[in-house]
Order: sequence, then structure tokens, then C-alpha cells
Amino acid sequence: MSKATFDVPPKGGFSFDLCKRNDMLIKKGVQPPSFRKTGTTIVGLVFQDGVILGADTRATEGPIVCDKNCEKIHYMAPNIYCCGAGTAADTESVTDMISSQLKLHRYHTGRESRVVTALTLLKSHLFSYQGYVQAALVLGGVDVTGPHLHTIYPHGSTDTLPFATMGSGSLAAMSVFESKYREGLTREEGIDMVSEAICSGIFNDLGSGSNVDICVITKGNVEYLRNHKLPNPRTYISAKGYSFPKPIEVLLTKVTPLREKVEIIEKGDAMEE
Amino acid sequence: MISWVANDNLQTPHGGELIKGESCAPSSSSFTSVDLIPVDSLSPLQRNFFSKMYPSVSSGSMDHSQLQTGLLCLEADSQRTQYPYVTGTSVIAITYKDGILMAADMGGSYGSTLRYKSVERMKAVGKHSILGGSGEISDFQEILRVLDELILYDNMWDDGNTLGPKEVHNYLTRLMYNRRNKFNPLWNSVVLGGVKNGQKYLGMVNMIGVHYEDNHVATGFGNHLARPILRDEWHENLTFEEGVKLLEKCMRVLLYRDRSAVNKLQIAKITEEGVTISPPYSLKTYWEFSAFKNPTVGAEGSW
Repeated sequence: MSKATFDVPPKGGFSFDLCKRNDMLIKKGVQPPSFRKTGTTIVGLVFQDGVILGADTRATEGPIVCDKNCEKIHYMAPNIYCCGAGTAADTESVTDMISSQLKLHRYHTGRESRVVTALTLLKSHLFSYQGYVQAALVLGGVDVTGPHLHTIYPHGSTDTLPFATMGSGSLAAMSVFESKYREGLTREEGIDMVSEAICSGIFNDLGSGSNVDICVITKGNVEYLRNHKLPNPRTYISAKGYSFPKPIEVLLTKVTPLREKVEIIEKGDAMEE
Repeated sequence: MISWVANDNLQTPHGGELIKGESCAPSSSSFTSVDLIPVDSLSPLQRNFFSKMYPSVSSGSMDHSQLQTGLLCLEADSQRTQYPYVTGTSVIAITYKDGILMAADMGGSYGSTLRYKSVERMKAVGKHSILGGSGEISDFQEILRVLDELILYDNMWDDGNTLGPKEVHNYLTRLMYNRRNKFNPLWNSVVLGGVKNGQKYLGMVNMIGVHYEDNHVATGFGNHLARPILRDEWHENLTFEEGVKLLEKCMRVLLYRDRSAVNKLQIAKITEEGVTISPPYSLKTYWEFSAFKNPTVGAEGSW
């Protein structure tokens, strides 16, 4: 039995086995595969009743905008949402994975998830991959202990802050927050400030653009305002519209149901153990 | 034809020798342009000296067969700038109702050490302009010296005409671009503002020669942190107080978020009457957010 073919990889985390070989390949000039990055502005803000998260909606693949209206605010739990910047695949899978783990945990404990739980799960996962999972996240939520806002960096370090920005447009958004933030903001003021910060990122950073998404999380209530602001509308739309040369006639209509409708009987037999 | 001067003591391929400072024609030797520097790249003062010592050598009149011997103790550029050492951080400037307002802090960093805390990074140039520089401090001082010479020669003409900000900006652009073409840049981004005959002018040049004119400019970190604020909040006909408030707002954000910023800044004002640079002062900062005092409320153990 040769050792090489039957080596079981360690459970989770980054494996350092191939590092030497990768270094050698890079020295020889082999390009590693490129990936889709979000090139983003994401922000979070704590206001008097809870947390507001904001994000732009542009996804870039190098110099090309590959998705003009993607969703960067991911669901983690009914009371916790997470914005993601960095490699799109990494942010989506990481948040998805931790969201499932949180759901299992909720079944296990019978209680509402806490933000620190999501935080710890995310940071230990990212740390064990030594920064290779390139996901920079802004995690926010309201649980029994109050409103929380955290930032998580790709290497696994975290910060707890009253206002936070991440992504390529973070400096532009941070300049808005640093000059305008104060404590005890109302909901409208908070939403306005977050929109302003995201717009600052959209207009001053090339990696961010299109629309503003907002998520307002308060005790017992979440409002997901998808495309709250559309500051980049299509300006020149042809007024003529489309016209087909021949009018469309309906010749025949036939509907074939693919599945027979099943009748649901109330009070059927209980499932056997 | 341009005359060339040897950069260092060199061996010619046919066994001869060129002593540093000796002039020769490049086509008659096989030296690269690294070893020889054209006389045109010397500053006016150096060229004066050179032409006094060797009156027969001047650009355009040199013959192939003429080879002047003799040692010339010129300051030849034997090393190119590869990285900056002592640097200043960002400069921001805006136009307002009566002229230009410019702000810069007084820090000179030596790598990651805040070595010098009283560096004046804004200086008046002539009667009509002010120059603010970020980047390598020694190169900024060199630019000041060159501009000083320029203004001096202009004054000596005594023709009633003075160099305005637009002209100085153009001169600076040529200076920076030509240096970059020789792979020996002046490692600076400079802001030049001024008022002449009621016309306001505000422009920027950086070390590769990129230059533009706008109503609000910033260098270095100011591009990322101050420019979004200026784009949103600048408008025509700001009063002096509003302009200073706007600049202070930007400088405060830079103070919070730029690691090489110091809390000691000057604001310069230039109007038709002249240039005033304020004495240094510091900004008030606010650290009393309850979330900073108690970040882990409700989540003990996390950070």
C-alpha cells in the first residue's frame, strides 16, 4: 500500500501539502486560475433600534461587469444578515454553509440564533483556511442581547463596531460615515446615511456600481429593501419599442399536465417509526 | 546635435579612457545613454558654468572629431530615485469665492516612523501661486528651488509681466514628465493653486506627469477619502468660513483613517491680494462613542 494514494485529507481547513508544488509552478510561469470578484462597497450601521446593512449591486470579473444587479446581502438567520465582499463564490458558499449550521443549531437548542454564534462559526472557518477563502464580511443582526455589528476579514480576524465598511469602495463609504455618524440615529436618518455611503462608493469607486440594497434589522422584524435606490437608470430607451413584422396568430391550444394532481387526505396514517 | 558628457570614468572599446565630465559625441563611441548625459539635462545654472569653462562646446554646434579633455566637477545624476524615503502625506485644495484654499498637515514620515512633525509642505511661489507637495520631501525641496530660480529669472526680465499659476503649472508638468522619461522621477504629487487678474486656477501634477485642473483636488490618500466628500459638498461661491469647514472635515477623516497623518495642520489662502499661510493648529477629534468604550456589550468574550 503506497502512502501517497491512500492519504486521507485532514478534516476541513487548509491543507499545506501542495504549497511547495504551487510555488514551483508559479516560478515556472504557470498562471493560477482567476475568479469572479465582487469589487464592492458594503456597509453596516447601528442605529437606535437595531442594525442597517447596505450594499451595492455590481459584480466584476476583472474589468468587466458580469452582473449589474446581484444580491450581496445574504440571509443567515431570520434575525441575522451578512453582506459579502471579495470572491463571489467564497462569500456565497461560506454564508450558505454557516446559515445551514445555524439552522441546525436552532433546531438543537430551540432558541433564536445569536450574532456571536454566526461570528464564531464564520471566523473559525475562515481562519482554518488561512485566508485562501477570500470573503470579507459585514455581519449584522439583533438578538436577545441587543443589536450587533461585526466585520470579518478573510484571514479570520473580527471587529465589533458601531459603523463598518468593507470592499474596494470602503474608503469612499468610510469618509461619509466618519464625517456624519452620530449616536442615536433614527430609522430614516440611518437609511439615508447608509444610502449616502453606498452612493459614495458607487460613484467614486470603479469596482462598485448600479443600485443600492438595504436591509433593516430590528427586534422581531426584518425589512429587506432590494434596490432601494436606483441612481443609475438607463437614460436613453428607444421609445418605439419592438414591433414584429407579422401579427402573431394562435392556431391551437393544448394543455398537458405533467403530473396527476394528488388529493391530500386529512388525518391520514401517521408515519411509522 | 546634442553634446554628451561622461557620467563616470569609462573605458572606451578601443582602449582609450573617458574621464568623468569629459564631453564626447555618442556616435563615435559605443556608450549607452546611461553612461552619457546630455548637456540639455543640466539646470540653467549648471549649463552656465559648463559653457563658461568650455565655450566651444554648446548644444548643436559640436563636431564629431572634436573631443574636449579636462575634468569637470559637475553634479552628474549618478543614481535614479527608486523609492521615497521621507514622505509627506496628502494635500487637499478647493476653489472658493475669493480664491483658493489649501490644507496640508505638517508630518514627514520616515517609512513607518513619524520622524518630522513640523514640515511646511505648502509654500508660496511668486506673487500669485502656492505650491503644496506630498511624497518625497527632498524632491519637494528641489522643486521649490527650481521654481525659485524660474521666478527669479522672470523677475530679472523686469517687463511688468509675472508668471501666473497656469504658467507655473505648465512648467511643473514639463519638469515632472521629463524627469519620469529619464527614469529618474521627482517622487511627488504637487498641487498648484493661485489667482491672477481675478482668474482662479487650481491644478495637480503627479510624479509620472499626469496633470489636470479642477475645482477641488487631492493627492495621496486624499484621493480616496477626501475626494468623495468634496464631490458631494463642494459648490461654487463657498465663503471663506464654509471652505475652511469643508477642508477641516476632510482633514479630520484623513486624520482618523490615514496612518501617516499628524494632528497638526496648516491652511493656506490665496486671493488676489496675496498668499497667507495660517500658523499650525490641530483639529478636535471625538472618541466618546459608547460602542468604542464598550464594544462587546452583550457579547462578552468576543472582540
